[in-house]
This record gives sequence, structure tokens and C-alpha cells, in this order.
Amino acid sequence: MDFTFTEEQRMMATAVRELLDDVAAPAVLRAAAGAPELNEGPAAGGDDPQRWARLVELGLPGMLAPEVVGGLGLQDIDFVLVAEEVGRAALPENLVEHAGIAVPLLAACSAPRAQAWLTRAAAGEVRLAVGHPLNATVLGAAASDALLLFQGDEVHLVERAAATLQRQASVDRLRSLATVTWTPAAATLLAGGAEGAALRELAFARGAVVNAAQALGLAERMVRIAVDYASTRQQFGKPIGSYQALKHHMADVQVQLEYARPVVYAAAARLAEFAAGVSSGAGTAGATAATAPALLARLNAVVSGAKLMAMEAADLAGRKGLQLHGAMGYSWEVDLHFYVKRAWALAGSWGDRAWHQRRLESLVLDGVVTDDLAVLHHEHG
Amino acid sequence: MTVQLHYTPAQQAFRAEVRAWMEANVPREKLDTLEGAAGFAQHVAWERQLAGGRWGMVTWPEEYGGRGCTLVEWLIFEEEYYRAGAPLRANQNGIFLLGPTLMEFGTPEQKARYLPPMAAGEEMWAQAWSEPQAGSDMAAIRATATREGDDYVLRGHKIWSSRGTYADWAFGIFRTDPASDKHKGLSFILVPLRHPGVRVRGIPQLHGQTGFAEIFFEEARVPVANRLGGEGQGWNIAMATAGFERGLMLRSPARFQATARRLGELYRQNADRADGTVRAAVAKAWLQAEAYALNTYATATRLMAGGHIGAEASLNKIFWSELDLAMHAAAMSLLGARAELLPHAPAAAGVGDWLEGWIFAQSGPIYAGTNEIQRNIIAERVLGMPR
Ligand SMILES: Cc1cc2nc3c(=O)[nH]c(=O)nc-3n(C[C@H](O)[C@H](O)[C@H](O)COP(=O)(O)OP(=O)(O)OC[C@H]3O[C@@H](n4cnc5c(N)ncnc54)[C@H](O)[C@@H]3O)c2cc1C
Repeated sequence: MDFTFTEEQRMMATAVRELLDDVAAPAVLRAAAGAPELNEGPAAGGDDPQRWARLVELGLPGMLAPEVVGGLGLQDIDFVLVAEEVGRAALPENLVEHAGIAVPLLAACSAPRAQAWLTRAAAGEVRLAVGHPLNATVLGAAASDALLLFQGDEVHLVERAAATLQRQASVDRLRSLATVTWTPAAATLLAGGAEGAALRELAFARGAVVNAAQALGLAERMVRIAVDYASTRQQFGKPIGSYQALKHHMADVQVQLEYARPVVYAAAARLAEFAAGVSSGAGTAGATAATAPALLARLNAVVSGAKLMAMEAADLAGRKGLQLHGAMGYSWEVDLHFYVKRAWALAGSWGDRAWHQRRLESLVLDGVVTDDLAVLHHEHG
Repeated sequence: MTVQLHYTPAQQAFRAEVRAWMEANVPREKLDTLEGAAGFAQHVAWERQLAGGRWGMVTWPEEYGGRGCTLVEWLIFEEEYYRAGAPLRANQNGIFLLGPTLMEFGTPEQKARYLPPMAAGEEMWAQAWSEPQAGSDMAAIRATATREGDDYVLRGHKIWSSRGTYADWAFGIFRTDPASDKHKGLSFILVPLRHPGVRVRGIPQLHGQTGFAEIFFEEARVPVANRLGGEGQGWNIAMATAGFERGLMLRSPARFQATARRLGELYRQNADRADGTVRAAVAKAWLQAEAYALNTYATATRLMAGGHIGAEASLNKIFWSELDLAMHAAAMSLLGARAELLPHAPAAAGVGDWLEGWIFAQSGPIYAGTNEIQRNIIAERVLGMPR
């Protein structure tokens, strides 16, 4: 039983933070978002190939790919801190979908075509986007070389040229979104049946967890911005941060945040174990393990819990952060809104609040014995 | 190592041992309330039975009656304790608050004198910090301890001391430097309650039981050796005690997980009458109890790796007290028209002890430092907002 991250995991997160503080600094985001009065942001959603190249230099796209294909051979629990940093920076590129969902999916997929794409995706030479039926749009589709798409129990890899994209503008100008029209074909199929279903379940769980992790980073960023502002802005001859009403707003956010955090980390740890079970079973046997209802129920409960709690923290951080800024908070001029909007956007992605809430309710109240869902599960007689 | 959420074989064996003992020993009948005289006596008997199994305080060294367990093993112990439906701890102020404080600040003589009878359930402890004029503003303490030779002479009025009516000893802070004010000049002193110059008067709580007490010190004389830590160090030591109280020990997650589990059962029994709001609240209770457990394991493993509990203890205090209220509120709405009934009312069959829990939950955001004060601490000391 251990809840501490290793020195290596922390160093990796620090390296990502330092890089993003530079290449995705608020001023950079602001420039990418374009003039305030524009109706919508840049067509590329701020996606920047040069910044992608810097992410590739750190080895981030291949973090979850095996070493034999040139990846770092790491696990979801290693990636979760990186996803948190991505959130803190409101990174425009879809790094977490590419590295946190698509790459491990290809790595776990038995189809030879998956392996061919995996090597290049791990190296960041090609970019992947992931379209899940629960998401209204696909993030990063325009900049991608191929899309991972789901149809029933089937997983398809569709080259971007073979799909029709329709750009969709978001309140978060730094998200490049599109809807995708495509035709499933034998040539696009990566996996179906039990294997496909298992890969889909894992992809969805990963999507929810990496988004929850981003929400933690976002919440922390928004609290920091608000606290800094409240320490300098003066009214009635004192810094506004000395007023208790504002202190209590921020304390409430901090409580939400610090209790969401261990749930997100636990979800990532459980996800890593579950994924290891799937891949060690390779193919059909793995799929059986993956669909073992008790295991899956336990994973799903903590994943939904993580998504719900982390999004609630980010949502509250945004709301209270805006309030703390007064009219300044409602202006384009402060940086806060870039992060607020990202939190709004993530709230609806990879299962919105209602979806995760319903799933959690049915697991906890209608399904298996609650004890079996306990995150720190232990055998009992 | 990395984040990994599995118990070692040794931890599993420990769990099995606790479980077996609890199954064999936990009283079948629910004891009377801990806040009343008869119930308190029953709970003391249970403390002694626990101590007989060397379960009084598992984290303490063996020489003091413990088992030298790690904090993770303590959490396992607590999980099994609440799973078995074991009674509340009559000596919680002693074992969870004063005990760790003694371990850190006590002399070898003090540890040897006070810890073994505490673990054995022989001496029950009360906390005597609050005064009529010093509640949230605890540094406004007026009670004094005046040095006379090898003794302190205590004068003053403490209040709201939990189970002070029944306890044998109290630990408190007193002003040893009469010229001092605020946090300075206070000392941490241990006082026997059945002692000349000490007068205890019970105060009935919301439910009518005499669950707390006021304590009058009328020239009560205690040896200087009863002072814990240096003269004038009382505030810092009290803050360390408060850190244990809020941060880790006082409310173990197993207690809330057990309540969440019972709430789930209550929901299933009453599902036909529940609306979507209650359903959401019950699921949220489960999630938050899990979050609290995970957070506590995170704190425990951080402490085991040499870390410390700082101001973030205040986050805990807010979280568990609000969780407890929310869970009991959900239970009350599930019970609906019968929620108001006392357990012995003839029409109350099956309502369980939710009402008692609901009443007690009202006090959670008040005791151990009100939640408003905790929010101030978080804003100023965790987030660094201006004072
Ligand atoms: C069940 C129970 C058991 C207790 N057990 C013990 C015990 O064993 N030993 C012991 O010493 N004490 C005990 N207490 C007392 C407890 O510690 C105090 O009640 C608590 O510290 C608050 O003090 P007070 O009651 O004087 O309220 P006050 O300090 O008068 O507070 C009243 C209200 O004002 C608010 N307030 C006060 N100051 C501020 C501020 N600066 N900013 C914002 N809001 C503020 C408070 O949050 C509260 O809402 C117990 C209390 C209860 C309810």
C-alpha cells in the first residue's frame, strides 16, 4: 500500500511543467486565441506543430508505448501527473488523447496494422485523434494523421484523408474540434468482438481519467491566479484577499481539489492494473479478464468518481476564481478565462456529469455489493 | 515504488487477526450512548476488553501497551473495527490526541506514567481547552497556573469538555505567565479530575445526555512534573495535538465508510420512496467516503515516508464533518415521516440509530475548531492569502 509518487514520476512532471510554462505560457495562449472580437478562434485551434515537436523531444507521445517500439514503457499512473500538467497549461494540442488513450490502445491491439501505426505514433511522427460516441466532436482531428473511431464493439483506425471533417467552434478557442463522417470498412477495422469491446472500455476509462487529471491541474492553476490577484488588488484600503468571504470561497475550492486528487490517482493506478491484465491476457483471454464484471465495475466506479470529483473542483475553481476578480474576471484581459473555458469544455467530454453520475449511482445502489466496489478492496470472509 | 493500492501478505494477515478477534469479542448488543453515565461505563469496560487483546492503540510501542504497528496497519485495524460494528472509543481524547502528543513531547517518565494506563483503558482522558471567553479565539485563555515551589496552582473555568463528567484526567492549557497575552505564556498541563480544588459540572447536550462538562479550577494544586513540554510552550504543543485531531486520528475513514455502507442499505430498503436527489446524495456519500479513505491513506503513507501534517489538516476537518452531515441528512430524508422517532418509540421499528447520528453530526462543524476557522487557516496558511 503506497500513495507516494516516485522521484522519476515527479521529475517527469516537473520537466513537462517547465516546458509548458514556456511553450504554452498564458501570453502564448492569448496570442493563439486571436483578437477578442473575432467570432471564433483560429482554424487550427491554436495547434502548433513546433510545440508538438517540443513535446516529442520529451518523449511524451510514446510514454505508454512499450520500449521495443521506442516508447518509454510506462503506465497510466506515470501518465496521470503529465496529464495534470497539460491541464494546468490548457495545452491546445490533444496530447493526452494521443499519448494517454490512442497509443496504449494500439499497443494492446493484436492487429498488425495497429503495430505499424504504434511505432510512428509513439515517436510522435504521426498524430492520432480519438472519437468516442459519447463525445459530440473529436479533439485534434484536423491536425491528425489518423483517427481511432468506435462502432459498436469495433475499433477502427481511419486515415484522416478517408474521413470528412466538419469544423466545430468551441467556447474554448484553443480546442480544435470537428465532427467526423466515415465509413467503417474491413480495411479500417483494428479489432472487434470481445477484444474490441475491451479496448473500447479501456479507451473510455482512460479518456475519463486523463480528463479528470487535467481538471486537477486546471483547478490548481485557477486557484493560483485568483489568490495572486486577491493579494494585490486593494479595496477599502486592504488587499481583497484579506476579506473572509473571499478566503472561504478559495478554501472551499481547495477542499474539493484535495479530495478529488487521491481519487484521480487511485483511478489511474487501478486503470494501470486493469490494462496490464488485459494486455498480459493478449487477445481473447485478455478480453475475458477485461469484461469480468466485478473487476470492471470496480474500475468504473472509481473512474466515474474521479471524473465527477475533479470536474466539480475545476468548475468551482472557475466560478469562484471569476467572482474573486470582480469585473476583471468577466473581461478578456485576465488570463483566467482560458482555463475556465477549458474546464467547461472538459466537463462534457468523456462522459458528462449526468452520465458519470448515473453510472456511479447504478453501480453503488443497484449493482454489486458496495464492498466489492471499494477502491482499496480487500478480500473478506 | 509508486502509487500501488495493494495490501501486503503481512497486512492481510494482520487484517485477518483483527477480524477474528473482533468477531469473537464485539458486544452483540449495541451499548448505551457514550454520552451518558451508564453507557460511558459500558464503553470503558469495552476499552479494557480491547486492551486485554492488546488492541488499545496498535500504533504505540509494545512497552506502552501497543503493537508497534504502522499507520497503514492502524487504518486496517480501524476498518475491521467499524466493519465489526464495534463501539465508539470512550478514551478517544486520550489515545488519539494526548497519546501522540505525549509521544512527541513527553519525557520518558511521563510516557511511562501515562501511556500504559491510557492504552489499558484504566484512565480516561478529557480535553480542557475551551473557556467561556475563549472558544474559536483559543489564545484568549484566562485560566492560570501559578508556580508555587514544585507545584502549579490552577485557577479558572474550562467548558465544553467532552465526557469531562466521566473522565479521570484532563489535559489543558493554562496561562503560566500572568503578564503574557495571546499565544505566549501558555503551558500544557495534565490534571486529575477527581482532585481537591477541581469541580466538574455536567452540561446536557442537544440530545439531553450530559456529554460535556464545565470544569472549575479553584486553587487546584498539581506538581510541575504534570507539565508537558516547556513552560510557555503550551500553544505549540496544543497545535500539534489539534493537528492529530483534525488531520488523521480522530475520525478514521472506516467510520464514514461504515456509515456510507449503512446508508446504501437504508436506500435499498426505501428505494421505492426515494427521489433522484436522495439517490444522488447516497451515491455521493459512498464516493466521498472513498475519497476520504484514499486521502487518509495518502496522508498515512506520506507520514510513514517521513512527512508531517501541516495546515492541510484543516481540509480534513471540513471534509469529514460535512460528509457526516450530508450522509445523515440523506438518511433522515429516506426515513421521511418516521425520521423524528426516537429508537424506543413503538412505531420506530427499523429506523435504526440515524437520529442519534444526525444530532451528533450537527456538532462536527463546531468541535475541533469550527469549520469557519478551518477555512481561515486553509486560506491563510495553505493558500497564502493575506491576513
Ligand atoms: C460536541 C462538542 C464537543 C466539544 N468538546 C470539547 C472538548 O472536549 N474540549 C474543549 O476544550 N472544547 C470542546 N468543544 C468546544 C469547541 O472546541 C468550541 O465549541 C469551538 O472551538 C468553538 O468555540 P465556541 O463554541 O466558543 O464558538 P465561538 O467561537 O463563539 O463561535 C461562534 C460562531 O462564530 C464563528 N466565528 C468565531 N470566530 C470567527 C472568526 N474569526 N471567523 C469566522 N467565524 C468565526 C464560529 O465559526 C461559530 O460559527 C466541544 C464542542 C462541541 C460542540
